Amino acid sequence: MASGFQDEAAEHHLLSEMASNGGHGENNSLYFDGWKAYDRDPYHPTLNPHGIIQMGLAENQLCHDLMEEWIRNNPEASICTEEGVSCFKAVANFQDYHGLPFFREAVAKFMEKVRGGQVRFDPDRIVMSGGATGAQETLAFCLADPGDAFLIPVPYYPAFDRDFCWRTRARLLPIHCSSSNNFMITASALESAYQNAQKSNIRVKGILIVNPSNPLGTTIDKHSLQSLLRFANHRRIHLVCDEIFGGTVFGSTRFTSLSEALEADPSADRRLVHVVCSLSKDLGLPGFRVGVIYSYNDAVVACARKMSSFGMVSSQTQHFVGRMLADDDFTSKYLAENARRLRERHAVFAGGLRRVGIRCLEGNGGLFCWMDLRGLLKEATAEGEADLWRVIVGEVKLNVSPGSAFHCDEPGWFRICFANMDDETAERAVRRIRMFVEKKQMKKTMRWVDGLRLSLPRRFDLEDVALTPRLLSPQSPLVHATT
Amino acid sequence: MSATAEASKLLSRRVTCNSHGQESSYFLGWLEYERNPYHPLSNPSGIIQMGLAENQLSLDLLETWLADHPESTDFKKAADEAGSSSLFRDLALFQDYHGLPAFKQALADYMSELRGNKVSFDPKKLVITAGATSANEILAFCLADPGDAFLIPTPYYPGFDRDLKWRTGANIVPIHCSSSNGFRITRHALEQAYKHAVVKRKLRVKGVLVTNPSNPLGTTMSPDELRTLADFIEDKKSLHLICDEIYYGTSFLSPGSFISSIKQVVDGRPHLSDHVHIVCSLSKDLGLPGFRVGAIYSDNELVAAAATKMSSFGLVSSQTQHLLSAMLGDGDFRRSYTAENKRRLRERQRRLVEGLRNTGIECLESNAGLFCWVDMRHLLAKTGCFQAEMELWKKIVYDVGLNISPGSSCHCSEPGWFRLCFANMTEATLDLAMHRLRDFVERDEAIRRSHRRPPGPAIIARWVRRLSSKRRPLMQLSR
Repeated sequence: MASGFQDEAAEHHLLSEMASNGGHGENNSLYFDGWKAYDRDPYHPTLNPHGIIQMGLAENQLCHDLMEEWIRNNPEASICTEEGVSCFKAVANFQDYHGLPFFREAVAKFMEKVRGGQVRFDPDRIVMSGGATGAQETLAFCLADPGDAFLIPVPYYPAFDRDFCWRTRARLLPIHCSSSNNFMITASALESAYQNAQKSNIRVKGILIVNPSNPLGTTIDKHSLQSLLRFANHRRIHLVCDEIFGGTVFGSTRFTSLSEALEADPSADRRLVHVVCSLSKDLGLPGFRVGVIYSYNDAVVACARKMSSFGMVSSQTQHFVGRMLADDDFTSKYLAENARRLRERHAVFAGGLRRVGIRCLEGNGGLFCWMDLRGLLKEATAEGEADLWRVIVGEVKLNVSPGSAFHCDEPGWFRICFANMDDETAERAVRRIRMFVEKKQMKKTMRWVDGLRLSLPRRFDLEDVALTPRLLSPQSPLVHATT
Repeated sequence: MSATAEASKLLSRRVTCNSHGQESSYFLGWLEYERNPYHPLSNPSGIIQMGLAENQLSLDLLETWLADHPESTDFKKAADEAGSSSLFRDLALFQDYHGLPAFKQALADYMSELRGNKVSFDPKKLVITAGATSANEILAFCLADPGDAFLIPTPYYPGFDRDLKWRTGANIVPIHCSSSNGFRITRHALEQAYKHAVVKRKLRVKGVLVTNPSNPLGTTMSPDELRTLADFIEDKKSLHLICDEIYYGTSFLSPGSFISSIKQVVDGRPHLSDHVHIVCSLSKDLGLPGFRVGAIYSDNELVAAAATKMSSFGLVSSQTQHLLSAMLGDGDFRRSYTAENKRRLRERQRRLVEGLRNTGIECLESNAGLFCWVDMRHLLAKTGCFQAEMELWKKIVYDVGLNISPGSSCHCSEPGWFRLCFANMTEATLDLAMHRLRDFVERDEAIRRSHRRPPGPAIIARWVRRLSSKRRPLMQLSR
């Protein structure tokens, strides 16, 4: 940094207000604090067995082996292999923001398959973006002017504050949802959110929903989707549906996409409907930055496409993904096996938690559980939740995400991710939770027993030290992910 | 309310305005080309694309390297360290916005080497972005509030209107440069632009953006020019200087000579280091626009930190970072590629310059870039105004079949200048383009003469012979 040229306040003044305002959200959320804590003390089965296990990262690491097998059998999909290098020149040179046609066709086909073949997608409406992050921001830029608002059900993914609001200067206003009905969106909550905005003279441009929901892990039923569509139509506002977890549905309840609800309602104005997809969650490819905007509004498609200049998908990746997703047999096999492994892993967690009396919201998708730890709070407040979170991170050594980071109205809910680790680490995590809960229960009992003036042995180890041979837990030898 | 009015109300102002600049002739020319693209066999009379600053001259070198080094980049390779990590899986999961360390190191080494190792780039100060397009926009977001202005010397790359203004709400105020001194930036022009912005337009100026080597001029800044810029921002105290050096690797000076980089100036004035930011990309020198690889280099930690967070909206695919870390990490290849690429660019530029000269058209003397800045003022209609430039441009696009970029689309203050690209086509196509242009100029000249007196039979006969003799070479040229 320069010395003597400007003092620090003036240094900040050198930058825009946006660059200095913390609107990226990374300074003030426990969500990111947890990751930082993890980065300082990351779990490793041999190098750091008492480290923090990362359970705050919604990544799907369960099915890379399937893709690796496909890669071995399809070397021409890479422009770096002998079989594929003849495509290198054309691919490296291709910067058309429409994207490679076969990439768009393959993505459209994949999206159809994820939705059980219930809807058709037009490849010409597929617009690329820099991951779902880029897609959300681009849609906000297209639909809202500075100061305009989107209504969003709480709890919601923390980084939406950055994606929808930071550089666009739009706003997110909560639709309050409650555990009393499993956090489902009600008509009255929606109406109330809309009216509150009106009273404050804030122009509402749309509703943003996530289906399957992050952090809840639940899907929205068709009836509710249709009600949302009717509300949007009535108020002449947009309905944006983030469906990036669409391919992670593992439960018995089928995934109904917004597109399906739209097709079933010919009176709905399609120009109000926009869907966001990505390959980061179902395919576990966050590093490849493949985001998609699918809008039924021609002007939005045209504008979003121009904006994709700011975050196109690398043509090398388009080429690879285009080939992989065009393989019908592979995608069918993948989606089925992915669902099976997620179901199994979810059962390990939900079951393990249930055995120690911790309930999770009954989810049928996503890469996480929404845990109800209200019973472990010392006080049912935000501070109480933060205290419990600090204990879980600092003592139990699990980076879980507290509900406050998701703007949840009720303290005591936590999101715990389960698909970003191997089986051994998953079991270890469940063991740590079990021991923590049992210790807490024992402490309660102790206080009760102390009250009766009896003494009992009190030594407990929080960590199970007997280690069995294991697979490596997910540590990238490259660099730890911080997003 | 009409359907259009309602549609406008539904969407943001960004959708309905045209700050993305795609209504400009620069982009309209591309559209025309796309409707009728030249192909030597399937469409030999189509429009030749000379409006696209791409480098297609040296892709074979990269292809050969790839073919020779499959193990560097192949996903099939499994890591043999203790554990089960595979390269594919690690890359698939790698989304750290700090970027792949090996890639940043290779990029920093490459950048230093291009500048003759006279300066050294620290990989930790690099922010990787989705192309220079994203880098420039991110800098505008980081440095300017809505309504603030950047000063940019004219003529400038039309895409800056989109990159710096569209979503950021910033303004661009031109620094008028003139052909009288080769379009060089003077202190006087800087001061004029600054005064105009502050006094006339009542804008707060946040910085100056320059491109070195220049697009569309193809010229490079002298050390004096760079010092003038540095002096200017130093005197104005709170200004930034963004130096877009994406064409740096396309300079074709003789081996051993290096064009000046702003980094050399800043290294000598460390108190300016927080105010100077460099943009690079691999789209021009390496000819990899499809990979979307750009970077911001800044000593200013706050800017780098904010820019890093903003890069979340457009990170570079880890797959691509990995490929490039292997390719650029190969020092011998890097150096041999750079030397050969420059040699080819120099040769191709000369071919264009000579071809134009044979038609009586001169270019601004240049030593870099993928284009020439061509003086066609003498071909304008008598009025010599921008409308005349547009008329000439339309003739060249539709009648001659060349998509070239008119100076007005680059905000040039003098009509009659055009940018012609030379590195995105084969030699044969370039020769054909020159051929067409020569025919057009001769016809045009003849028409002008005929307005003074009617052509005699001898002249007409000569025309006919020349035209019919040139048709046969067209078939030979289009191979």
